[in-house]
Amino acid sequence: MDFTLWDIVRNLLAGLQWTLLLSLVAFVCGGVAGLLLLLARISDNPYLRGLARGYIELFQGTPLLMQLFMVFFGIALFGIDVSAWMAAAIALTLFTSAFLAEIWRGCVESIGRGQWEASGSLALSRLEQLRYVILPQAMRIAIAPTVGFSVQVVKGTAVTSIIGFTELTKTGGMLANATFEPFLTYGLVAVGYFILCYPLSLSARYLERRLHAPA
Amino acid sequence: MAYQFDFAPVLAQADLLLKGALFTLQLTVVGTVLGLAIGVLGAVVRAWRLQPFSAVFGAYVELIRNTPFLVQLFFIFFGLPALGVRLSEWEAAVLAMVINLGAYSTEIIRAGIMAIPKGQLEAAAALAMSRFEAFRHVILRPALAKVWPALSSQIVIVMLGSAVCSQIATEELSFAANFIQSRNFRAFETYLLTTVLYLLMAIGVRQLLAWLGQRWLMGRR
Amino acid sequence: MPLLRVSALHKYYGDNHVLKGVDLSIEEGEVVAIIGRSGSGKSTLLRTLNGLESISDGVIEVDGEYLDAARADLRSLRQKVGMVFQQFNLFPHLSVGENVMLAPQVVKKTSKGEARQLAEQMLARVGLGEKFNAYPDQLSGGQQQRVAIARALAMSPKVLLCDEITSALDPELVTEVLGVVRQLAKEGMTLIMVTHEMRFAREVGDKLVFMHQGKVHEVGNPREVFAAPQTAELANFIGAVAQAS
Repeated sequence: MDFTLWDIVRNLLAGLQWTLLLSLVAFVCGGVAGLLLLLARISDNPYLRGLARGYIELFQGTPLLMQLFMVFFGIALFGIDVSAWMAAAIALTLFTSAFLAEIWRGCVESIGRGQWEASGSLALSRLEQLRYVILPQAMRIAIAPTVGFSVQVVKGTAVTSIIGFTELTKTGGMLANATFEPFLTYGLVAVGYFILCYPLSLSARYLERRLHAPA
Repeated sequence: MAYQFDFAPVLAQADLLLKGALFTLQLTVVGTVLGLAIGVLGAVVRAWRLQPFSAVFGAYVELIRNTPFLVQLFFIFFGLPALGVRLSEWEAAVLAMVINLGAYSTEIIRAGIMAIPKGQLEAAAALAMSRFEAFRHVILRPALAKVWPALSSQIVIVMLGSAVCSQIATEELSFAANFIQSRNFRAFETYLLTTVLYLLMAIGVRQLLAWLGQRWLMGRR
Repeated sequence: MPLLRVSALHKYYGDNHVLKGVDLSIEEGEVVAIIGRSGSGKSTLLRTLNGLESISDGVIEVDGEYLDAARADLRSLRQKVGMVFQQFNLFPHLSVGENVMLAPQVVKKTSKGEARQLAEQMLARVGLGEKFNAYPDQLSGGQQQRVAIARALAMSPKVLLCDEITSALDPELVTEVLGVVRQLAKEGMTLIMVTHEMRFAREVGDKLVFMHQGKVHEVGNPREVFAAPQTAELANFIGAVAQAS
């Protein structure tokens, strides 16, 4: 069977859709989980704090590939048949939540003590302090690094090809084998990721510069 | 839960895991040394805007930072032979790690150089040092010291990222894990132990880098 | 023949004409104080003398080194012209001794042993012999500035430029730095300093240069000039400074 260039591109675009979808799911779910994790990480309960710290350390200190395997084979232990897509979505969500929580913690901590003390002296509870005083300020700082991290999420989805999820990289691998054109195919795969990631990188840099520009 | 954990078959192969871990560390050391060398070179070229090299490095940095490591690895291992460049599994793995770390460290070290106050360069210039001498003796160490935590994180990220090199059959730690679980069918136990091993390596490397930074960059000798 | 001669020096920053034809000549061993309002071009003039600022037109000659808009051998010029900065600019990663040793080793290829000996001498000269192994951030501002002077002296310059070297110091630390400068003057060092210390300029200076709007507006012996300024602008300036202090 002969492949035209368009055949290759067409198939890669189909794979790219899955990359995009997985990225979105992981980023959104990871964001929600990351927010909860953040609250635990900065709570005044030392056990909760320690647990969140351990979780973050675990996911930042091990390969995404191993996390993927652990989820994939771990869920199977419960006798539940887990699809590559589910395992990929879960693992990437956990991975994303750990990194986002840590990024956001840095942003929260960059808000000066004075803000906590001032809002505390107004009799706001800790959650109210966060909700009305700290988070609104931290969010402004957090936008650029959060967008920047989304690039890591998109790139991270490539690893899910290894457990057989047919996204862009996996599609590229199959095409490379079928066409005997690995140079062209993997080159195009790289272009596909670049098209997804570069605008995100540029926006992150733009947001970063705008934040530091005088208002 | 009905499942019975059994780590014995994995522990019986502990020597394979440790050999894999050692190889991962070796890849990381070579990747780090060469990657940081590229990073320093790239950072100088970018910071001083030495055209056309600055533009070349800029494109390189963007290309690498916006594509997955796994795809870079496949491109090097499967794609480059089309150009007559045929690399062994470990050569491809090291090259991919070097290229990857080189790109990230170019940006990180450049930020460190830019953060050095202008007065330092002026003082060096007033003492009749050339730009290169000033860079070597006055700028480089403080610049590296400023960004050493970021560089250390990136080195750990590259080490952990190297787990995917098992996909081109580089015989590092995750390759060993794949091999063991394919023979004993204890996938979860195998990957759990491997994960723990990676975690210990990440912590160890981080500690080592912090110590090295303290000793060589911030140290008062 | 003067040690340093500046002729028809012009400097533009874009459209901003900062130096508008400066002429100046300085003999060996002279202590020159440059004064003037901020924006008068006095710091820029000083920085052109060792090539930290390029020049747009004119000529600078220092002890046989020749510098104009087109050509400059900055490396040999700077070996003859040392500089001390307002912000000290010590190298924070090097000890005090290493700060002084660095340039002789790197630029003049002095051996480590000789550089060490030289550094010890220079530090003793500024009264900091015992601080050889300390680091800059362990020193007071006044001590740091004295190390910066020792660092410049280690290159055996013909001329030492001082750019507002006491402006960043707490008042109680100014005296120790000026004391070192006074000593250098006594030893015959050629000094060119941009300064706000009028009293010091009058006591120690051989020549006073008043810069105004990018030009040398008035030059003379400090004691005479302060007593009887020839131009209204200098009289105004002296009056304003006297009132401020």
